[in-house]
Amino acid sequence: MLVDIGFWVLAVLAVASAVLVFVVDSMARATYALAVSFVAVGFALVLLQQNYVGVVTVLMMLMEMAVMAVYMVMYMGMNPALMPMSMVHGKRAALAVSGAAFVVLGAGALLVDWPVRRGVPAPDVTAALGEALMGRQMLVMVVISPVMVATIVGGVVLAAHRTRYDRFGDDLRRRPARDPQRGGVGR
Amino acid sequence: MGEAVTPGLLGSVAVAAALLAALATAAVVLDGVLGARSEGRSSRPALTRPVDEVARLLRQRRRAPLSADTLLWRIGGGGLGVAALLMVAVVPLGEWVIADLDVGVVWFNTMDVAVWALVWLTGWGANSVHSLVGGYRFLALALAYELPLMFALVAPAVGAASLDVREIAAAQGSLWFVVWMPVAFAVYCLGVVAFSVWGPFTPPAGSDVAGGVLSELSGVDRLLVQAGRYALLAAGAAFAVPMFLGGGSGPLLPGWAWVVLKSAVLLAALVWLRRRLPSARPDLVMEVGWVVLLPAVLLQDLAVAVVVAWRG
Amino acid sequence: MTLETVLLVAAALFAVGLYGAISQQVVVMVMMGLEVMVNAVILAAGAMWWFLAPDPTGQVLLLVVLAAMTVEMAMGFAVATLVHRHRNSDMTDSATDLAR
Repeated sequence: MLVDIGFWVLAVLAVASAVLVFVVDSMARATYALAVSFVAVGFALVLLQQNYVGVVTVLMMLMEMAVMAVYMVMYMGMNPALMPMSMVHGKRAALAVSGAAFVVLGAGALLVDWPVRRGVPAPDVTAALGEALMGRQMLVMVVISPVMVATIVGGVVLAAHRTRYDRFGDDLRRRPARDPQRGGVGR
Repeated sequence: MGEAVTPGLLGSVAVAAALLAALATAAVVLDGVLGARSEGRSSRPALTRPVDEVARLLRQRRRAPLSADTLLWRIGGGGLGVAALLMVAVVPLGEWVIADLDVGVVWFNTMDVAVWALVWLTGWGANSVHSLVGGYRFLALALAYELPLMFALVAPAVGAASLDVREIAAAQGSLWFVVWMPVAFAVYCLGVVAFSVWGPFTPPAGSDVAGGVLSELSGVDRLLVQAGRYALLAAGAAFAVPMFLGGGSGPLLPGWAWVVLKSAVLLAALVWLRRRLPSARPDLVMEVGWVVLLPAVLLQDLAVAVVVAWRG
Repeated sequence: MTLETVLLVAAALFAVGLYGAISQQVVVMVMMGLEVMVNAVILAAGAMWWFLAPDPTGQVLLLVVLAAMTVEMAMGFAVATLVHRHRNSDMTDSATDLAR
């Protein structure tokens, strides 16, 4: 009973704040509305007995939104004064498409004859997840790690406007490198 | 491992809040006394500093700058204390714990990431330049200290083979983790000081930017932020006890008393160290965090993992 | 709380995200729409795990979704920064080179 009430509170919070993301007039408010939506989903996962994944979702999304807000301000250059802003195109078509998507997905959720539950959860779900990751599902981690490294490198290469020639000179011999910020370890 | 004793929720939250407030108040007093001593002033006013400050700020008029985003601003300021309370919710006081969460370590980490959002919102909401500069400074520091802090939390979890704070405390029966994980402990303490926006990590609220995130705060808003910073410091010190300092183990006294005592001692050590450390400039700390602290903590984790694997 | 109700909530979240991803003109807002959609996927996957097959493997899928989301964000911001730097614009309408 308590779990049901908790779930519905979280569900309403998640959907309402997701709607607010595209309604509110301030970039900061939009970003943190999205953060609230993620936090609600994270706690819903905790209600679904997935403590680790739920709490990690909250952790990652709070961090991501804190950084995202910085990008928002960087691109849009808005002050916190609530400026009216509506930057949309094809609003009517988008509403129709998303309404149709909701009908199709919702109908699927209600009409599909879901199979009965198979198996029971492990006594310690988090430990079972860890063992799966380090055992049978090791390949997943082995694949994700290089993808993450490639993302870091690729992201920096795309976003940084200074190259090694800017830092080390045309013959790459200048030491220390010429950087806008002096590093903290005296290189 | 016995069953966790969980008394009524409201009662235990009240007790935790009272303990947190007492620790934070003691830290304020000690900081004031040490500060007065180092400047050769009488330390008498410092003894009543918390009461004086609270009375002064509660009477002060609460003002807000033109077109401040008051909602976000107040969420940011008021949230710091809440985050601190949620941190101590997973700290076991002997056998007694508010929230017996099996992923307590991740929970603590989540709360300290929530501080990113809260401090930035405090800086942003005021709609003033210095305040926003303070918010950005905090994020810059956060990017430097967060990863080392995360990997520092990994070390005790690996050592105890659990993310449950109670089990980590129980795993240190013979040897406290601080003894064979000194690097992780040091980095953890640095992280605690950093997410409290305090001591060497004050630049987000520094006087060179007219108080940074604090610059536009007044009255009860200012009180909440200042109290929140000390509450975060106290919560961080309290969480170190089950993670590194053997939890409630100790002779004579009951478990809860040892937890409070050890937290107080660590808190006092942090306050004492404050005057002996240089200020952490955001532009310099980034490289220190990623080039020095992060590899050091990773090596510590590796050492812990090897020991655990070797012991089987 | 049954599988159907959780999936219904996830469908609502997905539809909201889809609306945002299609209609918004600012790159970051488009990414927010995508994030809301991934949020719905996380909720739906979590519900499926609990109500259909509570096996550790299902949680691994959730972690993969989270990882995919971070990759999406990182690359999205990198490309958005690049576009912003070269064209001084953060609108999707100014980055239609591949459409021509």
